[in-house]
Amino acid sequence: MATSTAAVTPGTTIASKRRFGGDEVAYLVTLIFAALILLVTLAIVWQLWLHSSPAREKFGFSFLISKLWNPVTDQFGAWPFIYGTILTSFLALLIAVPLGVGAAIFLSELARPTLSNTLTFLVELLAAVPSVIYGLLAIFTLIPLMRDYIDPGIQSVLGFLPFFSGHIYGVGYLTAGTVLAIMTFPFIISVSREALMAVPREQREAALALGATQWESTFNAVLPFAKLGIMGSVFLALARALGETMAVTMVIGNDPAIHASLFAPGYTIAAVIANEFTEATGNTYLSALVELGLVLFALTIIINGVAQLLIVLTTKKGSAKA
Amino acid sequence: MLPTPFLNFNKGDKSMKKLVVLGLTVLPTFLATAAMGAETINGAGATFPNPIYQQWFGEFKMAHPDVSINYQSLGSGAGVRQLTEGTVDFGASDMVMTDDQLKAMADAKKPTPLHFPTVLGAVVLTYNIPGVTSDLNLTPEAIAGIYLGSVTKWNDPKIASANPGVSLPAKDIEVVHRSDGSGTSYIFTDYLSKVSPEWKMKVGVNASVSWPLGLGGKGNEGVTGLVKQTPDSIGYVELIYAVQQKMPYANVKNASGKFVKASFTSVTAAAAAAKEMPEDFRVSITNGMGAGVYPISSFTWLLIPSEIKDPAKKKSITDFLAWMLTTGQKDCEGLQYAQLPKAVVAKEQKQIALIK
Repeated sequence: MATSTAAVTPGTTIASKRRFGGDEVAYLVTLIFAALILLVTLAIVWQLWLHSSPAREKFGFSFLISKLWNPVTDQFGAWPFIYGTILTSFLALLIAVPLGVGAAIFLSELARPTLSNTLTFLVELLAAVPSVIYGLLAIFTLIPLMRDYIDPGIQSVLGFLPFFSGHIYGVGYLTAGTVLAIMTFPFIISVSREALMAVPREQREAALALGATQWESTFNAVLPFAKLGIMGSVFLALARALGETMAVTMVIGNDPAIHASLFAPGYTIAAVIANEFTEATGNTYLSALVELGLVLFALTIIINGVAQLLIVLTTKKGSAKA
Repeated sequence: MLPTPFLNFNKGDKSMKKLVVLGLTVLPTFLATAAMGAETINGAGATFPNPIYQQWFGEFKMAHPDVSINYQSLGSGAGVRQLTEGTVDFGASDMVMTDDQLKAMADAKKPTPLHFPTVLGAVVLTYNIPGVTSDLNLTPEAIAGIYLGSVTKWNDPKIASANPGVSLPAKDIEVVHRSDGSGTSYIFTDYLSKVSPEWKMKVGVNASVSWPLGLGGKGNEGVTGLVKQTPDSIGYVELIYAVQQKMPYANVKNASGKFVKASFTSVTAAAAAAKEMPEDFRVSITNGMGAGVYPISSFTWLLIPSEIKDPAKKKSITDFLAWMLTTGQKDCEGLQYAQLPKAVVAKEQKQIALIK
């Protein structure tokens, strides 16, 4: 403390001048920008809360667990949509995370730079494709494929499980999960690859010097180092999957019911809002849709919170090991 | 007659020059708009008639350069909502406003809207049954049964009896409906409620309903996609869409016992056959009587406030309505809409006078 004051004293006048000239302004401006994010978030929550009040007053907490969605009789419940949203996002991550992380490892650790750069460019192109294009492609290619080959194939082996029993429509939870996986895995590859590339060379060299094979070095020395970045990519993917609207509604079958079978049609929160908002007449109906938006918002916050917690816990464990 | 120094720039005065150039380009446009006193009328609502509305508003502007009509095709529900809140000058809807909605507007001391039918549309049942190439005949009982889940196979007697000579497969029927709220679903459920008491009791009429079974496709294109992709499926779409996509659609048995295919003629006939056209045009013409009537037909309406305070705006809107009922109707068939019958046009022309 004493040393630092002593060091600063000779230049006080210049320093204070500078601060007023640049740093102070930069601080204020960036603070305002940062505060805007918080303000927008709060404004969204406030609006959703305000406009969902008729539905909240009418249904209370039963809105969250009710399975009924009937615009004719004005009875609304969110449970089938919550179920569909979580299930399809989970399926998407189940498929996309191993694929994405595996591809990222190949691109950053094993592939030649020219190949790696070409493939990365293509992956980034994939990430920029609008979701409605994925939806259309899914209608014309993925749905027939699922209906005629993939779903019957799974059913013939695992059909005794309730998840894989029942009628095969082609559209449904599994198809929606697959489309979401295809849509999210460019994000996982792209961000994970960056995280892996950022691992210092010494980390690899040290492992190799200790006699590790290339794979051992990647798995034991590089991956733990990049764990935070890889997890970040997974949460980015999850956020996209939870909120995805167009592509999902085109392939999920849009049936507000809960089915154990992954081949059955379902519904997600974002999809029902997009489908029914424009033609919703009547206060209760409209506010029920707004309340669904609030539920999606809460769901995203909860899942992200859990995810952050997971990061904190696992990194502590990791550092303790090291 | 600009003074010379005004345009005499130094070489370094680029920004100033830009500013003046900008001013000179923007100013005339602004002045022109102001000079014409251009009237802008805003409307919002139904998506189904949007193509013809856009054409109408474009043509009307050619004839009346001082009137611009902006139309946002947000959906019938949004049209009614925005009109109720007074954020638009007129609304448009595929469903009539309910008594409750009109009463709510009257209670709020807002001018209640008049309903003006503009064109007619029809909902057809399109199908994909491998091996069946001839036109299918469907009875109201069969359609209601399929959508209620009591008719589950294509060779069910309710379907087979109306289709002698057609070999229908013993396959499960894959039922497809719209997932998004839409006027198309409203017309279809309105028809089903008229022909099936069970449907009326269990499901009811709305732009979105709680479907007893089936897959939901988003929009006409979503339903078309699912029907094309799923063998042994059936779905309902707007007539225009089935024609454009060259999809087969069923002949439907009407209230007079005849199997009729949807066409401009049979849809217009449905409107002409509406026996008692109420004074306010709030009428459902589904399941109409008459030999040539296609039973799943409906009007689509413009919702015009009964009192427009701004006299210029009032004149523009009434001018447009008069134009739409005469010249505008000629655009219908080019865009695959059915025209209004003459009797309805005459009656609507009288209603224009009610706008105060």
